[in-house]
Amino acid sequence: MAGLWELFWTFAKVGVMTFGGGYAMLPILQREVVENKKWATEEELADYFAIGQCTPGVIAVNTATFIGHKTRGVAGGIVATLGVVFPSLIIISLLAGLITNFSDLPVVRKAFAGIRVCVCVLIFNAVLKLWKGAVKGKLTLAIFLVVTAGALFTKLSPAIFVLLALGLGIGIELFAGRNAKGDEAK
Amino acid sequence: MIYLRLFWEFFKTGLLAVGGGLATLPFLSRMADTTGWFTRAQLADMVAVSESTPGPIGVNMATYVGFTAGGVPGAVIATLGLVTPSILIIILIAVFLRNFKDNRFVTSSFRCLRPASTGLIAASGLGVAATALLNAGGAGILGSISWRGVLLAAALLVVTRWIPKTKKWHPIVWIGCSAVVGILFFPV
Repeated sequence: MAGLWELFWTFAKVGVMTFGGGYAMLPILQREVVENKKWATEEELADYFAIGQCTPGVIAVNTATFIGHKTRGVAGGIVATLGVVFPSLIIISLLAGLITNFSDLPVVRKAFAGIRVCVCVLIFNAVLKLWKGAVKGKLTLAIFLVVTAGALFTKLSPAIFVLLALGLGIGIELFAGRNAKGDEAK
Repeated sequence: MIYLRLFWEFFKTGLLAVGGGLATLPFLSRMADTTGWFTRAQLADMVAVSESTPGPIGVNMATYVGFTAGGVPGAVIATLGLVTPSILIIILIAVFLRNFKDNRFVTSSFRCLRPASTGLIAASGLGVAATALLNAGGAGILGSISWRGVLLAAALLVVTRWIPKTKKWHPIVWIGCSAVVGILFFPV
């Protein structure tokens, strides 16, 4: 049984070492949670991570909540989550304060003009990577195109598109599921 | 009451952003347009800072937006708003839905949610491209293109996509290089 403080600090450590995004976190979780603390097995961690990817929200946070909940119940889930976001709060608040103070300097403005170009390329690369896992066949291609065009040319909130996609997924399964059962009955 | 609004905006983002990493970006673009807390150009800077600092990108961006809108308390509240849906959903799943990820409705929903989320990110990426690669006040589309920006983007595409050795490098390297290129060659 892990103490709540131990949970908090372990996940704060995981938060500091996660550089980039959810996927960067997996090897660090393997070392800290599976090998050092033995709070979960390799298979459990893989499961939690998979669930973290197919639930809404930040993958790293979802995985932290799951492991925290497994070790110390609801309080554990909350504490592990607070741990994983703690370093971001400190580091980003400090940096954002600095950047706001210096954002009028020409050198800073020129640096960020260059950085913005880089961000476009990074987003483009991220979209290509996501595309490989998301767009497989006509239906998913159609969803991608409709949502991209809809988000570009209408003022609708992204929430609308997410909810429509969710409804479509459930609708397809309701319809196809009934058919499949009908086939089984025959 | 800005803190309540911050919490609510980020609660929605945490509830609806699917797919990790940059999935919150479309919601933040929307927030820039509707709340006036920050501009789209600032949003691009936030992405860069969030990618180059420790911590999950989604959390970093929430903290950054929260700080811009309401200082340190804003940063804390935005981040808590973002993670609250995760805590609720994950604990519900852990307690009640042992076979969550094998459920056929979940599988089918995510088959449709993933391309939708990718499309949303692609659209907001184009929004960022517009602020990064177009100059305000240029004459027509051609006149307003920042050719220095296009050249830099082309160079970055080559090193991040085609050269096998540099493809694996961490994005922070390219963010750093781009900052230097910006300082040396970009107009104020």
